[in-house]
Amino acid sequence: MSFLVLEGLRKTYGDQTHAVRGIDLAIERGELIVLLGPSGCGKTTTLRMIAGLELATGGSIRMNGADVTSLRPSRRDVGMVFQFYALYPHLTVRENIAFPLRAAGVREAETRARVEAVAARMNLGTLLGRYPRQLSGGDQQKVSLARAIVRRPAVYLMDEPLGTLDADQRLAMRELIRADQLASKVTTIYVTHDQEEAMSLADRIVVMDGGRIRQVGTPAEVYDHPADLFVATFVGSPGMNLIPGQIGNGDSNGDGHGDGHDGTGRRFLSRQGYALDVAPGLRPGQATLGIRCEHIQEDPRGPLVGRVLTDEYLGNASNVHLETDLGRLVMRANGASRHAPGSRVRVRLDPEQISLFDSGTERRL
Amino acid sequence: MNAPPATPPADRPGAAAPFLSLRGVSKRLGRTQALSGVDMDARANELLVVLGPTGAGKTTLLRTIAGLEQPDTGSIRMAGHDVTALDPAARDVALVFQNFSLYPRWSVRRNLEFPLRAPSRNLPESEIQRRVDWAAELLTISRLLDREASRLSGGEMQRVAIGRAIVRRPRLFLMDEPLTNLDAKLREALRVELVELRRELTIPMVFVTHDQTEALSMADRIVVLSGGRILQTGAPREIYERPESPVVALQLGQPAINLLPVRRIDGHWVATDGTPLVPADPAGSDARLLGIRPEHIVPQGGDAANDRGAAGNGTAEAVVEIVEYIGPTTTLLCAWAGARVHIVIQRRGRFRPGDRIRPRIDASRAVLFEPDSQGGSS
Repeated sequence: MSFLVLEGLRKTYGDQTHAVRGIDLAIERGELIVLLGPSGCGKTTTLRMIAGLELATGGSIRMNGADVTSLRPSRRDVGMVFQFYALYPHLTVRENIAFPLRAAGVREAETRARVEAVAARMNLGTLLGRYPRQLSGGDQQKVSLARAIVRRPAVYLMDEPLGTLDADQRLAMRELIRADQLASKVTTIYVTHDQEEAMSLADRIVVMDGGRIRQVGTPAEVYDHPADLFVATFVGSPGMNLIPGQIGNGDSNGDGHGDGHDGTGRRFLSRQGYALDVAPGLRPGQATLGIRCEHIQEDPRGPLVGRVLTDEYLGNASNVHLETDLGRLVMRANGASRHAPGSRVRVRLDPEQISLFDSGTERRL
Repeated sequence: MNAPPATPPADRPGAAAPFLSLRGVSKRLGRTQALSGVDMDARANELLVVLGPTGAGKTTLLRTIAGLEQPDTGSIRMAGHDVTALDPAARDVALVFQNFSLYPRWSVRRNLEFPLRAPSRNLPESEIQRRVDWAAELLTISRLLDREASRLSGGEMQRVAIGRAIVRRPRLFLMDEPLTNLDAKLREALRVELVELRRELTIPMVFVTHDQTEALSMADRIVVLSGGRILQTGAPREIYERPESPVVALQLGQPAINLLPVRRIDGHWVATDGTPLVPADPAGSDARLLGIRPEHIVPQGGDAANDRGAAGNGTAEAVVEIVEYIGPTTTLLCAWAGARVHIVIQRRGRFRPGDRIRPRIDASRAVLFEPDSQGGSS
């Protein structure tokens, strides 16, 4: 049985707001799970129900085989990490890290042992007597992480802990969290709205929207094979390009306009008449084609002409926004290339890298 | 998002006289020298991004341009006229802040009308409605016009705040981190919308941010500000590829540029642990700081496409400590050349912590800084 099991978990507030609408999720011991979604998707409420800070109005939470659904927070073996707060400047590194243990009334000998263990793991052992102002920025971050995780609960629950840090610090903290979690193997549930953070940290990502789970999978699964249109656009920067159209029978003359009845292949036909052969087993009907920006490639013989709207330079790459017959598409280009607004490029869509969705249910086909 | 199709910018950089010109602007706030001798130009049709960390003086700079602060010394000119002594209203600039600043109990329409109803403007009612509808359409908030501002989402509020700035058709937009408080996904969308909107309006914009992605992707030119001083001004590619100091180099790029102390030994720049990194020419001092972007280091057996110029390295082993797969890219943190080095590959590699690789530096992309050049290392 999985270590942490949520079954039909619900939270409805008094005013009939449905924050969480029935969540089933099984988390293995030692996993780092990221709950990802926009504000209002229910991710934080789910985390708070696991912590016991909110009581579920339906469903159950089992931890290590025991039902903890209605236990008080202190009776669950969980550690909640809200944000990596600034260090106390008047306390040494040792005192900073020990602070949560002392506040919880842990005995002195044990406090000492635990502080030294976490400090050793994070290469802070020689700095324990120093004050925060005597540390580099990177070491200060390590100390704040050490302080956050010095309690060794069975599960860490982290609610957007990097929210207030600037971009460089976020990246460094992300790496620290990942390295420490790999070393300590403490089950961790991490909440964020930042899909990049989710991809970089997670063993598995749980994508949520509207109080429901849209998809559970490894970062690569969620990115490469999104379960529905929401996941396709929410995950990735930018999200998938979407092209509405329909799936019909394959057409051997290949002009993209016919609907021959050779009975073998299937073909996606956009509303504007752009055609692409697709997997034969698909049922004909209204469909949306999804393709990532890195799978739209510049090709002088490509079938599609794009007019450059905006070239978003990102340093190591560019997102080139194109106006095409298929609507607005974003293409990933090499950072060294330049695409002036108004200029034209020919592109092709990599047929091996497309996703197809039912336009009605919005689910992946 | 339904951003309007953009028209190509009409101006050629450098062709027109600057619309906004700051010369020797200094400002002291209490005991802090917030701005020190700032010389800065914004061209007539450009988006100028002022990039800097918290405390760099960005907001003071913007408030000084707006007329909300008086410089202690120096002058500000707009369209050829000295406006240093003019009050904010007379400068005809529009300011958008980080925290939306709408009237919460008013409808979106009333919020948008507000700047047009100033008695001094004396606009006919039909013109007010025309401009409000125009702005609402541009920003795709027409369906929200009758909604109370307090009931909008963050992204909608910021669109309305931008709408309130554009209805006036000011001579200059001043934006103070307008996207900072929004979700990552919304920031991404509004970034592009703002660029295209501004281009369509052909009104210059000074956009202040600490976010290097916003700076790189939005700017026609970037001004890098630190400690109240301008460190470098230039096009995004120019500053990214040819930073003049380590401080500037560290401001742009995610993950940050790798900075390695090197010494010249036998015609090579050699790392502290003795690893030869790139060929060195004999001129200048013997000790430098070598800057190399994470995407310009190739892990051996990786992309062969970037092999050129990778002489004299690829010999020393590196140990992969952390692997991040973000969408199509792979980021490695490695122990190498006596340092911890980031490597970015523009595809999904197959690396695991503990792997041993032999990185090579693309020497043509390396930047060398004098050790005494301004600022610290990472």
